[in-house]
Amino acid sequence: MLRNLIDLLRYRVLIQSLVVRELKARYRGSVLGFFWSFINPLLQLLIYTFVFAYVLPGRFQVEPYPLFLFTGILPWTWFSSSVLESSNILITSGNLIKKILFPAEVLPFVVVLSNMIHFFFGLPILFAFLIYYGKIHWTLVFLPAVVLLQLVFTLGVCLFFSALSVHFRDVQNILANLLMLWFFSSPVIYPYLDISPNIQRWLNYNPMTHILVGYHQTLLTGSLGHWPWLLVMSVASVVTFLVGYAFFDRLRDTYAEEV
Amino acid sequence: MAIAVRVSDVTKVYQRYAHRKQFRTLKSALLKGNLIGELRPDETFSALSGVTFNVWEGSTFAVIGRNGSGKSSLLKVLAGITKPTSGTVEVSGRISALIELGAGFHPEITGRENVFINGIMLGLSKREITDRFDEIVEFAELAEFIDAPVKNYSSGMYMRLGFAVAIHVNPDVLLIDEVLAVGDQAFVHKCLDKISEFRRRGKTILLVTHSLGLVEKLADEAIWLDEGKIQARGDPKKVVDAYLAQVTSREEEALAVAEEQAVAEFETPPPASEPVEDEQSLSKREKGRWGSREVEIVEAALLGSDGQPRHVFDTGEPVSVRLKIKTSGTLKDFAFGIGIFNADGVCCYGTNTDIEQFVPLSLSGEGEVRLVLDRLDLVEGTYFLDVAVHQRDGYPFDYHRALHAFRVNSRVKDLGIYRPAHRWEFSPNISMKPPRDE
Repeated sequence: MLRNLIDLLRYRVLIQSLVVRELKARYRGSVLGFFWSFINPLLQLLIYTFVFAYVLPGRFQVEPYPLFLFTGILPWTWFSSSVLESSNILITSGNLIKKILFPAEVLPFVVVLSNMIHFFFGLPILFAFLIYYGKIHWTLVFLPAVVLLQLVFTLGVCLFFSALSVHFRDVQNILANLLMLWFFSSPVIYPYLDISPNIQRWLNYNPMTHILVGYHQTLLTGSLGHWPWLLVMSVASVVTFLVGYAFFDRLRDTYAEEV
Repeated sequence: MAIAVRVSDVTKVYQRYAHRKQFRTLKSALLKGNLIGELRPDETFSALSGVTFNVWEGSTFAVIGRNGSGKSSLLKVLAGITKPTSGTVEVSGRISALIELGAGFHPEITGRENVFINGIMLGLSKREITDRFDEIVEFAELAEFIDAPVKNYSSGMYMRLGFAVAIHVNPDVLLIDEVLAVGDQAFVHKCLDKISEFRRRGKTILLVTHSLGLVEKLADEAIWLDEGKIQARGDPKKVVDAYLAQVTSREEEALAVAEEQAVAEFETPPPASEPVEDEQSLSKREKGRWGSREVEIVEAALLGSDGQPRHVFDTGEPVSVRLKIKTSGTLKDFAFGIGIFNADGVCCYGTNTDIEQFVPLSLSGEGEVRLVLDRLDLVEGTYFLDVAVHQRDGYPFDYHRALHAFRVNSRVKDLGIYRPAHRWEFSPNISMKPPRDE
């Protein structure tokens, strides 16, 4: 398994070109093209702001609420799109797996990385709002660490589900609902500190909780109060990755026959 | 000489999911904690069993066999795309598999971008692709369209680009799976030239194809796979002959069964009157049998030179048509006729004893009629035999239409219906190399 991981390094050019292809192909043919990467998060922001600032106002003790929401939605979108897309990536790329010899894990990697690039495209907008609200803190320097944490965790989850869905196509259907549940169990639309300790105790088992709090703290509040949890999470992320990869590796030989 | 590909006792077992006995769920798999074990159903299917062979470095090796014989499975195992269930495959040097051309092309991006990505997938570095890019585009004859999205390509353009990239990977061992059926004649020739160039440069080629002519022309050695086992190996010509012999015997069987069914279907009851022969039914040439049965054709058969009934012949072979007939009375007015029709319903030849001015004198009891053809000079194809006994004015005693089918095979894929015995002659200033097998 370790050797496979090292082998993967040799394929970084392939991963890189596939990510570029993915990004190029996604908006080719649309009028606004590349700008959709900015427009999509903006529209999302508008919808959530409308709902939680005007339809259901004053629920949460956080100001400005739209900014809080946006800080959570960007990384959450990265995570959930990656998981959803990778759950059928091996099946939709069946032709490749059956006809060309290359390590299949390249495919979920490409999904996660191209969604990460989309996440990066959303960041300038986020920063523009942060500057507008005067919320630039020195803790920003820890942002890359949180991103890395999420990357490793997301890769692990995606490797696991992409492998599993080859054998159990039901996974794709379950995932759509699971992700909805996961969304509401993560502090995206509500602040972590607002919820009662009883429930918080349960939410602490959710790795995305800590990742999202990490984003909120480094970007919005400028505090590092959550760092012990993030340390735990960094170990958990690596473990998730290794477990996901081992699972993927174990089933590797079956893909060409099953997809 | 070194061995480039060493295949030892390779067996590949696939799972036959359609007949899975045990319903498998995510829950049961997770509960037993044994996903892999649970994934093995009882019903299996061996695509390859105990396949062993070596391919010498620099040689061209062909694999032939009918559909489903395990050829493609073998190639996938060789390419490393699937693992053999047991046995080992060793390949020395870089291997490239042309299993499907243009697999991995993304329709939305341009030909140029696809060349790079496809090249990288096939194991080239970016630099190598940049160096070979112009050559690839030139080979694919796509200079004008290389910056258009691949979805706008015709299927021929798509294949050409796929082949161009794959061939420029410049592997030590090249696996080719029936991909030479792409493109127009000119491009196929170009591909063949490229393959010849490969051979000259001492590269190893492993070819899977249905084109037996190509096997005889290109291969140094061949194997014939059937039901996952090697049936014959060695000299390509011998292997092809062995394969063709089996194809013939299968055709023979199939035609014999079809004839038996056709004859049985129209055995009884004899229709009261001749069916209406409108133009349509004539052109469709439906199977049929009619007549008064005052004289009955008990059996109609084509005999080979050994006098045994057969259904498959080589073009130019001597053939006799044998009719066994039976009558209860004694007749003074009768004629025997035969007709040979091709699959399109075109009459290739028809004659009867009346046309040829035989005068009937008497017929009684059981008898046998033979029409002896010294040469069956028909081109390759499936033909139908009509046989009849009738009065000279056409009143039918027994008429079999298209009940008896036979097949003519030929090494030469010439055109038309009739193949007159012929030869070519050239004046001394025209130099031609005669075909290999004649």
